[in-house]
Amino acid sequence: MTTTTQQSKPAPADNAQAHLAAFDTFEKGGARRFPAWVNELRRAGISRFTALGFPTRRLEDWKYTNVAPISQLPFKPAVNPMPVALSAADLARFAFAGLDGSRLVFVNGHFVPGLSAISKLSVGVKLGSLAAAMSSDGDIVKQHLGRYASATDHAFRALNVAFFADGAFIYVPKGVVVEEPIHLLFVAVAGEDGTAAHPRNLIVAEAGSRLKVVESYVSVGSAAGFTNAVTEIAVGEGANVEHCKFQDESLGAFHVATIQSSLARNSRFTSHSISVGAQIARHDINAVMTGEGVECVLNGLYVASGSQLVDHHMVVDHAQPRCASHEFFHGILGGKSRGVFNGKIFVRPGAQQTDAKQTNRNLLLTDDATVDTKPQLEIFADDVKCMHGATVGRLDEDAIFYLRSRGIPHNAARRMLTQAFASNILARIGIEPVRKQLDEFLQSHLDAEIRAVEG
Amino acid sequence: MALLEIRNLNAGIAGKHILKGINLSINAGEVHAIMGPNGSGKSTLSQVLAGRKTFNVISGEVTYNGKNLLELEPEERAHEGIFLAFQYPVEIPGVNNTYFLKAAYNEIRKHRGEPELDAMDFLALVKEKMKLLHLEQDLLNRPLNEGFSGGEKKRNEIFQMAVLDPKLAILDETDSGLDIDALRDVADGVNKLRRPDNAALVITHYQRLLNYVVPDFVHVLLNGCIVKSGGKELALELEEKGYDWLACQPCL
Ligand SMILES: Nc1ncnc2c1ncn2[C@@H]1O[C@H](COP(=O)(O)OP(=O)(O)OP(=O)(O)O)[C@@H](O)[C@H]1O
Ligand SMILES: [Mg+2]
Repeated sequence: MTTTTQQSKPAPADNAQAHLAAFDTFEKGGARRFPAWVNELRRAGISRFTALGFPTRRLEDWKYTNVAPISQLPFKPAVNPMPVALSAADLARFAFAGLDGSRLVFVNGHFVPGLSAISKLSVGVKLGSLAAAMSSDGDIVKQHLGRYASATDHAFRALNVAFFADGAFIYVPKGVVVEEPIHLLFVAVAGEDGTAAHPRNLIVAEAGSRLKVVESYVSVGSAAGFTNAVTEIAVGEGANVEHCKFQDESLGAFHVATIQSSLARNSRFTSHSISVGAQIARHDINAVMTGEGVECVLNGLYVASGSQLVDHHMVVDHAQPRCASHEFFHGILGGKSRGVFNGKIFVRPGAQQTDAKQTNRNLLLTDDATVDTKPQLEIFADDVKCMHGATVGRLDEDAIFYLRSRGIPHNAARRMLTQAFASNILARIGIEPVRKQLDEFLQSHLDAEIRAVEG
Repeated sequence: MALLEIRNLNAGIAGKHILKGINLSINAGEVHAIMGPNGSGKSTLSQVLAGRKTFNVISGEVTYNGKNLLELEPEERAHEGIFLAFQYPVEIPGVNNTYFLKAAYNEIRKHRGEPELDAMDFLALVKEKMKLLHLEQDLLNRPLNEGFSGGEKKRNEIFQMAVLDPKLAILDETDSGLDIDALRDVADGVNKLRRPDNAALVITHYQRLLNYVVPDFVHVLLNGCIVKSGGKELALELEEKGYDWLACQPCL
């Protein structure tokens, strides 16, 4: 394991003040279109954010991720929808463009009906903009929004609560199966540095329902935009939800996001987090088992190069007995990039027969790439099976030689092995067309990565 | 001119001198066997010939097909027709056996200026060679060597050889750990490859293989030197007497 220690610098002057001012403007203006109860949440959010301030590296959860580049950005929250200069054709180059099923497109966090397509849905399924649902389905939204992703100790989630304007709302009633994956496409259009989108997604799958969701984040332009997203997923009793997130924002962008799931009895939740873009990407993926017999699988693949930093923080909370959780994360790090992996597993008192497994494997393509990986097990029950392992290594030279000895050129051999390492995670994606597209995407992405290392 | 000409080859690893002046000449159409005790340098020789850079060549020359072999990258050697069946084939999880072999095959064709084979034609070729080696279809769809039994790995090496159709095949103890049927299949594979225009270097501990793949020459490698060369009857003599009687021989 490689550990980087850096001198902690004095906290830089961030512009939290600017955030406060921006909130004031928002509250007196655009926010008035939202229901009063939402704006109440916002006020709690901004005061929480003000109290917390941006996290510093003195906080355990931010030890390896310095967010100064984000806190020092000018803050230009995209709280009001702007005219969109994008056409459907502009979106064709992004991943999953050809996916069957419904697609909701959001530009800087705002739903754009003109670019979206909602296919025929089963009776009772609701799919659309969260902003609209706050009025049309106020009861459901109110029952769930902000109930799972806590803003108490997380400044970015607090900031999201204060500034979110829209996002996706998916509701699947009891026993309903949604066959085709629903694609949520978030396009960041950063006209200038500091343009900030705060998407907020709410996914509710009632008891016995089935749902597949793909959430992808991309950019247009290379300005230093900021995406600060929160997705809450409530998985009902015996429901089955597969969620795949793909983050491919521009290398100038900053991406901070939480995926918080709440898993009821006998439910099954599978999450995939594929992160390749952004200058700094921080993913918090948290799951709480609220009933027995839950099966929760969190997979992840991060690929970084240049001076990118990609950070995954996971909290799996075994609050109930007889649940299984498996985390499989692979990292591929080139250039001077840095990876951070922190997997916390709580086994609460009484959560007997917990089966928790966590693996994090990292492949360093260069000498300058580093990774900090740390499992954190907090176990308060005695009849549990917990396993964790982390590795940091280079490509296997014996394997490279074997391939070369058969006629496969050096770079192709390295690419083949790197791709194999990535495929180990991608193969776990159950949404076949998504897996296929990501596989193809990764193939060319890794090709470029390998060539860069050679140079 | 010989297909492979090794002159006074000295090589080692990490400051350890392993090959101490090897001389060996292999003509097209010939099969040579190398025998010798554990640790005598047989695998080192085969790896040096295949281009493994962890072994460093201290001095000497190797000419292959008129080219300075030592200057070529491992993949270039493969393109030129050299194939090494590894003593310990590497397990490569996540790389599909057939996908890998097709990539290798097409690289070699590309080098020869031949058009790449499409999936259908390649499959036909693979089917034909599979039959020859009695290889289970299942092994082709699995990750390369991952979880293969010892014998399956060896069969897979010879299967690859059969598909890639090399000019010079180097078999490093391919017969070790094989049951009788597998041994016969492997020998068949090698014999099918025997043509006037190519050659094989077969490293083995057992005379048994040489009943099936009858060598033109047998060499004894001892402590990094070829201390004796002879015809196929030398293998029988070694089987009977062991290596002790050769221990004091100087390098040839
Ligand atoms: N990577 C290495 N590092 C150090 N020594 C090595 C390495 N590889 C080989 N050697 C040494 O070189 C010598 C020759 O090894 P080699 O594998 O060539 O023997 P061999 O004749 O193939 O033996 P065997 O019959 O057991 O396969 C041995 O003493 C071995 O320990
Ligand atoms: Mg050997």
